[in-house]
Amino acid sequence: MHTPVHEGLFTVDPPALLGALCGECEHHCFPRLAHCPYCGCENVDPVTLSDHGTLWGWTEVTTAPPGYEGVVPFGFGIVELPEGLRIVTRLTSPTATYEYGMAMRLQIVDLGDGVVTWEFTPETERGV
Amino acid sequence: MTSVEIAGVGLHPFGRFDGVSVTDMGVTAVKAALAEAAIPRGGFQAAFCGTAYAGVAAGHKVLGALALTGMPIVNVEAGCASGGAALQLAMGAIQAGQYESVLVFGMEKMPKGIIRSTFFEPWREQAGLAVTPAYFALRAQRLMRESGITKNDLADLVVKNRRHGVNNPDAMFRKEVSAQEVLNSRLVCDPLHLFMLCSPNEGAAAVVLRRAPADGSARVTLASAVLRSHLPGSVLGEATPLSGIDDSFIPPPSTLAAKAAFEEAGVGPDDLDIVECQDTDAARELLAWEELGLCASGDQARILADGDAAIGGRRPVNVSGGLLSKGEPLGASALGQVVELVRQLRGEAGIRQVAGARVGLAHTVGRGANACVTIIKA
Ligand SMILES: [Zn+2]
Repeated sequence: MHTPVHEGLFTVDPPALLGALCGECEHHCFPRLAHCPYCGCENVDPVTLSDHGTLWGWTEVTTAPPGYEGVVPFGFGIVELPEGLRIVTRLTSPTATYEYGMAMRLQIVDLGDGVVTWEFTPETERGV
Repeated sequence: MTSVEIAGVGLHPFGRFDGVSVTDMGVTAVKAALAEAAIPRGGFQAAFCGTAYAGVAAGHKVLGALALTGMPIVNVEAGCASGGAALQLAMGAIQAGQYESVLVFGMEKMPKGIIRSTFFEPWREQAGLAVTPAYFALRAQRLMRESGITKNDLADLVVKNRRHGVNNPDAMFRKEVSAQEVLNSRLVCDPLHLFMLCSPNEGAAAVVLRRAPADGSARVTLASAVLRSHLPGSVLGEATPLSGIDDSFIPPPSTLAAKAAFEEAGVGPDDLDIVECQDTDAARELLAWEELGLCASGDQARILADGDAAIGGRRPVNVSGGLLSKGEPLGASALGQVVELVRQLRGEAGIRQVAGARVGLAHTVGRGANACVTIIKA
């Protein structure tokens, strides 16, 4: 049983982030919103965002922050999708060998008790 | 345009004060500022209070404790820039002719550890996406990549501010640290070590503004107090969105505020004798130098090495010790910088006096996003 940590952000199977594309300024956005966050227009179409991108920033969270009950350490960073959208995301830990621009792929991670969210992991470490 | 005088300043030291309430700290700062300004009871027509965590009617409690209520008291929340937001409102009201004298103050009693903010929805905390120091770390990493800054530079920045803090009796940390000690302190979020991050803490600051006397007798004037929010786009901006786009051509809020503040004050970065700026973490100050137009991207390492930003240097930054020495009580932070600049411009800063300081700039930026830039002239 998988319960998304929040509704409307992603699908579990296949793993995908749910975004939108603005018909006016042509920027993608995440999460999906009623108004484009860049130009404010209502002409936004729902899209499924790319499930891969390149690593744009990373660090490692070593102490559980307030309101978080999952495992530590965990990776945290930014992945840039081919759409030009930079996504704030969890990253698989450890991040010690991470490099700027490396290929990353979306996957689903269990936070505990079946509550799931999204994360990115290096392409080379992709599943079995 | 009406000239606005800073007639008095007051401070409750920044630190940890068990048993002292946030109201008590506000009272201390307000009393000191009113005494300095020699303002009689009922001598100010409005009060603006900046705070983020002190709760409902925080300013009313402070003035109520002094039996100084009756006038409008406006409590202002603008994250780390709350005090600057209060200052902008007060200055504008005096310039508009609404009031003759206004009391501006800010205070905070922050919990220890990582700041928990109602800004983040609960799911974001649950998913591990609400980690403030991790955002700081990503911003530091980007600055290192794009401006050629090294981890040693971050350590040198901390050494500078902590050395300054030794001479500030109102700071929380008054012990020098070496670059090696900074780099040996616990790694919080790579590349940031514990000593590279400021501590949320407690304190208060107050400023009395009034229409400057026509005879030009004002010793220190408030030349501009500008608050700006973010433009959308930057994934690592203080607005902390869940996504962003290429922000190469999107000016950050600190740049927006600085440009407006310089224009209003009729000065530029080269005219500044002294600067107090946001050093929530070591990289934040180095980024602020760029954003405020104090230096070009990539010049920070040279400036640090030459000592230009240290006391005795060409343009000292954070002579008070900065937030890295003082700690950060959100609502008091921006006004605490103003108190420091006023003391410097009056020549009353004692052992940490910057000789001949005539023009100073204060900068804070944080959650919202909110950025404020204040320029003060002697
Ligand atoms: Zn748009």
